[in-house]
Amino acid sequence: MRTSWSIGKAVIVALLAAPLLHSQAAPPAPDENIPWVTGAEHPATVEDQWHRPFPTQAAEPQRPAPAPRHDIGGTWDPGPTRGIQIFGAAARPDDGNPAHEAPYTPAGLEMRNRTKPTGGPRSVLPGETNDPIMVGDPQGMPREELSELRVTQIVQYPEKVLVLYTYGRVWRVIWTDGRDFPKDPEPRWFGYSIGKWVDDTTLLVETRGVDERTWIDHSGRPHSADMVVKEWFHRVNQNLLELSLQIDDPKVYTKPWVALYKLPFDLRPPDYDVREMIFAPSDVNEYERLLASPVSNDGK
Amino acid sequence: MTRKLLAMVVLSAAVAIACQPALAHHGAAAYELDKTATVKGTVTKWIWSNPHCLLFVDATDDSGQVVHWILETQNPLSMSNMGWAGDSFKPGDQVTVRATPAKNGRPIGLVVDAVQANGHKLNARNIIVDEHPPTDTTPKQ
Repeated sequence: MRTSWSIGKAVIVALLAAPLLHSQAAPPAPDENIPWVTGAEHPATVEDQWHRPFPTQAAEPQRPAPAPRHDIGGTWDPGPTRGIQIFGAAARPDDGNPAHEAPYTPAGLEMRNRTKPTGGPRSVLPGETNDPIMVGDPQGMPREELSELRVTQIVQYPEKVLVLYTYGRVWRVIWTDGRDFPKDPEPRWFGYSIGKWVDDTTLLVETRGVDERTWIDHSGRPHSADMVVKEWFHRVNQNLLELSLQIDDPKVYTKPWVALYKLPFDLRPPDYDVREMIFAPSDVNEYERLLASPVSNDGK
Repeated sequence: MTRKLLAMVVLSAAVAIACQPALAHHGAAAYELDKTATVKGTVTKWIWSNPHCLLFVDATDDSGQVVHWILETQNPLSMSNMGWAGDSFKPGDQVTVRATPAKNGRPIGLVVDAVQANGHKLNARNIIVDEHPPTDTTPKQ
């Protein structure tokens, strides 16, 4: 009798929780599906530093193996151009279309108007921007995934997931050991990330505590210290990973908005060599002297 | 000088938003996106480095004066995906480069494509919008 009652309670709890879990398992769809930017004219293959040919676009196998359970590890390639996002977040580009404008609060719009980006319709000359990355600041989260997102290596341990990004050669940790967010933590460029498996193939990650000096994307969208970033890493099958991302920041935006929706990554082989992409101060200073400064000044 | 440089610029109406240059680091606001300059000359330097690669070309203008062009591309990683390399050019090479010219009239350009000494053409700007939507657009909430 007692056992039956316990089972009954468990069933009721499961039924009540099911809608919540289901909604977390799938990312919210954006208001509009924006086409991906791709590089159709890229050569089919190029060489790595060992002169080994590799394809610039992975071929879709006819019958990919099913996704392994609770495993997103691997070297993942979003293709040469899909992740660049020069107009800002791919699912909501700042391209001059009013429908794509982020839902700013009045305070958020004031913050946005203070940024001077070099991408999107508000673009300024290189010498006039206040983009924090131009002085060497990290992109931070979520910009690392909304600007210059390239081949991304994911290394998975029982208690954490490490994400290694190509741009700037930076990494972050997602804790999966059941811990909660720290109380009143010091701000970090990449914040604090906690991940939970919401089904066999989807890791839902929340990030909080991001330093306010970072921008959300290349179009200069701002955020407050209260921003919550949600990411859905969904492994569709053995060879395909999709990433969705949502911004929630009531001080700056009137409602949560989808910044990435199912950005596809192809699995690269384990021996794939990821190129360096480091912005060494000596290289950047030389570029500024030779080109960025002359092209920004009056030529007369 | 500026007028002579402008004389080298060939107007082109074919540049549409669907093939915007992907200068993600600093954008392309400094360039005349509706114009194309053709620069034919001799390579003096090729810098294969972040944030953007730079090709230095000496070209002779209509009056016989040598103009020192600085032509930028995207970063080495992006360029390598399009078949470019650190040894694509060396000083003395004869090249023909199509580039988007700077708004301020200086001999600076954003490379569209380049024909190497051996006649091989390298594309530098080939961003297009894929009309195919993501794999699954059905809301699953």
